[in-house]
Amino acid sequence: MGKTLAEKILGAHAGNDVSAGEIAIASVDICIAQDGTGPLAIRQLEKLGIEKLANPDRVVFFLDHSAPSSRKELSNDHMFIRQFAKKMGARVSEVGKGICHVVINEKYVNPGEVMIGADSHTCTGGALASFATGMGSTDVGIGMAFGKTWFRVPETFKIYVTGEFKTGVFPKDLILHLIGLIGADGATYKALEFCGPTIEAMDMSGRFTLSNMAVEAGAKVGLIASDETTHQFLDDMGRGDKWKPLEADSDASYERVIEIDVSTLVPTVSYPHTVDNTHSIDEAVGINIDQVFLGTCTNSRIEDWEIFAKMVKGKKLAPDTRFVAVPGSEDVLKEAMVRGYYQTLVEFGAVMVAPGCGPCVGIHAGVPGDGEVCLTTQNRNFQGRMGNPNASIYLASPATAAATAIEGAITDPRKYVKELKSIGKDQVIDTEALKAVAHSAQKTVERVTADTVAKVTPKAKEASEKIEKLAKKAAAEYGPKAFKAAKEFEKTISKLASDASKAIKEAIRSRSKPKAAPSTKKSASKTAKKTVKKAAKKTVKKAGKAVKTVKKKTAKTKPSSRK
Amino acid sequence: MLKGKAWKFGDDISTDHIAPGRYFHLRSNLPELAKHVLEDADTEFASNMSPGDFVVGGRNFGLGSSREHAPTIIELAGVSAVLAKSFARIFFRNSINVGLPVLICDTDKIGAGDELEVDLEAGIIKDITNGVELEFTPLPPTMITILNDGGLLSHIQKHGDFNLG
Repeated sequence: MGKTLAEKILGAHAGNDVSAGEIAIASVDICIAQDGTGPLAIRQLEKLGIEKLANPDRVVFFLDHSAPSSRKELSNDHMFIRQFAKKMGARVSEVGKGICHVVINEKYVNPGEVMIGADSHTCTGGALASFATGMGSTDVGIGMAFGKTWFRVPETFKIYVTGEFKTGVFPKDLILHLIGLIGADGATYKALEFCGPTIEAMDMSGRFTLSNMAVEAGAKVGLIASDETTHQFLDDMGRGDKWKPLEADSDASYERVIEIDVSTLVPTVSYPHTVDNTHSIDEAVGINIDQVFLGTCTNSRIEDWEIFAKMVKGKKLAPDTRFVAVPGSEDVLKEAMVRGYYQTLVEFGAVMVAPGCGPCVGIHAGVPGDGEVCLTTQNRNFQGRMGNPNASIYLASPATAAATAIEGAITDPRKYVKELKSIGKDQVIDTEALKAVAHSAQKTVERVTADTVAKVTPKAKEASEKIEKLAKKAAAEYGPKAFKAAKEFEKTISKLASDASKAIKEAIRSRSKPKAAPSTKKSASKTAKKTVKKAAKKTVKKAGKAVKTVKKKTAKTKPSSRK
Repeated sequence: MLKGKAWKFGDDISTDHIAPGRYFHLRSNLPELAKHVLEDADTEFASNMSPGDFVVGGRNFGLGSSREHAPTIIELAGVSAVLAKSFARIFFRNSINVGLPVLICDTDKIGAGDELEVDLEAGIIKDITNGVELEFTPLPPTMITILNDGGLLSHIQKHGDFNLG
């Protein structure tokens, strides 16, 4: 009998073949805790007199739940964590670096690994084919110390997903729909395995959203096979060498198979106070919203920011609604600034909060008032979740959140067709960098032609040819917008070449006049040759850099699988 | 034999009900946090319960966050066991780890305020008030081992490692 992903990974870490229902003692690769659960884990280790962690380099404490700290007690907890980590040689992801489940996937966890975290949404790592699961502080503390823990090998529900998402419908809608379908305890103690053509075509951001919410159906883990999309993601994150393919055996045994055709889905909203209280957008339209929140480990990645920014660009936040935006990590924040999403959201009317959990955990940064209603991209809407038991929380996708922020009441994002159509097609080209190179090339050519001689021409030609070649390469590889940008670049360069050639001719004509002594002529020729060589080299290097920038940007923003 | 009064709660009691996020700053001060136990499900509970009483929930008790503080403060408050139709996974495991018995049974048969007697060994819950006798689902052997050792920390202290047979 074949193995599920959960059985494969746990078996490899237990050192023997395991099947669902068995108890396994398995080694753990990564242990994480955050500022709310870390102090208790540390105190438990102190009670045990632990002096050394099994693998301190892969123990990470995240200061993300109250970041920056909102109270002196929590500042003291942060200090306590830092001191312990320093003593043990463990890592600390500081205040402002981001949410544990976003950062851990950007920087640490790899396919086939076992990760335990003192935070229930540790299951987000399942999208990278890691057996990633949430546990309590004592379990995780002991994992840190001993490098292992015990598991009951879970039975698996196969979630087989087909079809293409309709415009305005996203992976968040799919996972809310699934939880509504099976219930908040529908998969208790089970592993979920998301698979099928829709999952294969889905980008990593969408996959993270699915795995993140596995726990909201009671599941232990939400696994997705490691494939080329996983490979590309790890490559982009600078650890492509950690990639390996991993999938369930075709004859693996599943407790239940649930098939979903996403082409039948509509934007979905979870009503207060349970995640499985799902309704279609039609029912929810018009509910007044006091605060919209874009963020959390569910939907705070750059792709989520893109959706929101594309939806609200040039528009204004509804007058009686507040909007809080929290990037998932420092990298997301930087990227949002480069791409202009940050500016778009500020101009729209966002209150910007530092990377971290933000108002999701009810500590700070947007606690609702009595009777207030929030619509958020987070994963939980339990009573009191955002810090006030007398407030109500609705859950939805970033697109629904954006439409709602524009109108001040729950709004069907499909109303904004034009905006939705622009999502995922954004080939971000660093046109500024291209322009800068063109400008610099122009300056160089101008400077060179000022005192050039006939020998200059082949060098200038060579430089421009090289630039053209690089630009063409970028154009060939990176989509229609890049092509357009490269074409413009080529045009600029050919104009420069023609200008240069004119200038050179002019220079030669003027220098041919018998006024200049032969020695001066010779010296000028030598200097010009040297200058041109240097300038050409510099220009080509700059152009190469620009092309690399284009490559990097476009690679990160490949056309989304969302159609 | 455990004896006490039943405090009834509904379905889907989350860790946010049990240990609300707004008391996040009290997590390093558990006795203080315990004064707010289950506050968002029943504001009277913490002040009116007596040590030995039972928390009786419905389906999916303890869903949500991994905060071990939730079962810890239930235990610290003096609750002798939590009874529910079903439990969320992390809460269930955490409860055993902190030495709090969690028993799966048909809690519809128990009334609010009923006097209960629980025999952990025999697996029997007696509702003295209405005379109903219930069986609870036995814990898996691994968890019985940990619970009998007084929780995971004591288990490790006792054996120096996992000793789960």
